[in-house]
Amino acid sequence: MELLDNLALGFGVAFTFQNLIYCFIGCLLGTLIGILPGIGPVATIAMLLPATYALPPVAALIMLAGIYYGAQYGGSTTAILVNLPGESSSVVTVIDGYQMARKGRAGPALAAAGIGSFFAGCVGTIILAAFAPPLTEVAFKFGPAEYFSLMTLGLIGAVVLASGSLLKAIAMIVLGLLFGMIGTDVNSGVARYSFDIPELTDGIDFVVIAMGVFGYGEIIANLSKPEDEREVFTAKVTGLMPTGEDFKRMFPAMLRGTALGSALGILPGGGAMLSAFAAYTIEKKTKLKPGEVPFGQGNIRGVTAPESANNAGSQTSFIPLLTLGIPPNAVMALMVGAMTIHNIQPGPQVMTSNPELFWGLIASMWLGNLMLIILNLPLIGVWIKLLTVPYRWLFPAIVLFCAIGVYGTKNSEFDVWMVGIFGFVGYVFHKLGTEPAPLLLGFILGPMMEENLRRALLLSRGDWSVFVTRPISASFLALAVLLLIIVLLPAVKNRREEAFVED
Amino acid sequence: MKIKSQKDFFAGLMFLVIGLAFAIGATDYNVGTGARMGPGYFPLILGVLMAILGTAIAAKGLIVETADGDKIGKWAWKQVFFILAANFAFGILLVGVPAFGIPQFGLIVAIYALVFIASLGGYTFNAKEVLVLATVLAVGSYVAFVWALNLQFPVWPSFITG
Repeated sequence: MELLDNLALGFGVAFTFQNLIYCFIGCLLGTLIGILPGIGPVATIAMLLPATYALPPVAALIMLAGIYYGAQYGGSTTAILVNLPGESSSVVTVIDGYQMARKGRAGPALAAAGIGSFFAGCVGTIILAAFAPPLTEVAFKFGPAEYFSLMTLGLIGAVVLASGSLLKAIAMIVLGLLFGMIGTDVNSGVARYSFDIPELTDGIDFVVIAMGVFGYGEIIANLSKPEDEREVFTAKVTGLMPTGEDFKRMFPAMLRGTALGSALGILPGGGAMLSAFAAYTIEKKTKLKPGEVPFGQGNIRGVTAPESANNAGSQTSFIPLLTLGIPPNAVMALMVGAMTIHNIQPGPQVMTSNPELFWGLIASMWLGNLMLIILNLPLIGVWIKLLTVPYRWLFPAIVLFCAIGVYGTKNSEFDVWMVGIFGFVGYVFHKLGTEPAPLLLGFILGPMMEENLRRALLLSRGDWSVFVTRPISASFLALAVLLLIIVLLPAVKNRREEAFVED
Repeated sequence: MKIKSQKDFFAGLMFLVIGLAFAIGATDYNVGTGARMGPGYFPLILGVLMAILGTAIAAKGLIVETADGDKIGKWAWKQVFFILAANFAFGILLVGVPAFGIPQFGLIVAIYALVFIASLGGYTFNAKEVLVLATVLAVGSYVAFVWALNLQFPVWPSFITG
């Protein structure tokens, strides 16, 4: 069994004392920051990225994966206890989770989220391990035309599955692609859009954009809202374990959520939010057992299903990243950035040239999920305390971490000026109702897309039809067009807008 | 003509202007042909595409009716100012700006400045509390970033450490 050999190799890497410690620290830090209201996984990873600079690449990626899971779990905790979704994918968890907390069942709700996530994480890891090698084989057959079309499909998929206005999201992607053009053109050596500023010839650092737009921009937006009255259920968390009855109801919901999340996570766009939403909708459609609490009033299935879907999706969204080198969502775009910092070019060659890293990362994903459940269930009391930290202490600390992180990336004060500018840009985006996540995705993909477009057209002697005459490339583009048509259909359009209004 | 969605209209305008700027900038570089793409080729396509998208979004803001006019609302200039000022003060104090004769003050001073200025942008400001917060963050950052992670920061003012 090749799969078992590979996993054995991975666990061999992940089970070293050093990597276990980094995985643990990652989960801990991720939860710690992710639990703070108003900080999603993207901001958490961006903020904690500098903590991994000094580590060897394998340890750094393992720690980052830990941070990602921790941040997601932290987000669900905030959703359940404070009625504040820390990230878009826990929007639906809020509905029943908070109601459970209000009824004094915060403990079982948190445990259900944790157990559902763990189960989904296990399944997701196995799917990832099983699908990665064959997909990598396929990826090696791709030429530049296929890559270009695949990236187009990925970007279209990302906006179709994201929330908000479709046109604006596409415009944000293009803006991201354009920001990616800033710096020295690799082929001609011409410094583009650098305005004779030497620092700009290296391009803008993605950390600068991520922290400016997601860190500063969000803080300014948060502070400009009136101070919110947060109701935190601190005293009432007793009796952590769900009852036997709860388990019986949770289990099928967990299975359905996991299946849905795994499938949707592979799709470009990541679909963490979509899968959570879809999972919740499916649960709502199933019949209530006698004596079961209706949905919206604290049904445990309403917590388990979206949390499982969400976590399975975040696991399988590593598949396009690790096999094709194409990040399906903003979090994975950050992972690409982190990999490049450690001199790893993500793509199909990682698995063959760097098997320790590849399988070690996959094994550590499972370990990360295990650690989260070990770490979080007993520590829930500590996390709850964190939720009571007032925002007036929190936001200066976040500003500080962003500033230190940006400076620490390259020890360049120029980046500190840039992050300030992007902080303002992020606030402008917020005011104009444009979602910033597609921008980051476009920014990471920009140089790759240009390079593949250039190569494809060079090979075809300038003939654009190469994208539609090569069958794989043509099917990617057809799929992208199909996706666009589907969302623009009036029936789907209304439903889509309806679905995203609920936050 | 009445603007029906302020947010869409101005977002569209922003995209249009930035798209045009990038497209015009791209013509400064060698555009080349499809088979031999110059450095200006891809940015030109993207710039034009964004200008078109911007126009469409702005037009949508003029045509499509919204319930409340999708107002942009008041700008939080105070918060913008203090958060960004905190960031810039941090950078300036951390490494100094020799051109303006500002010496390097190092990490610790920069942290105090950042926390104080940022806190001014909050709802309430309590100097004593902010002082405690800044001290905690300064000690914590020193331990985490300088001592544990060994990141290279100027920690103390250059005129003290020399």
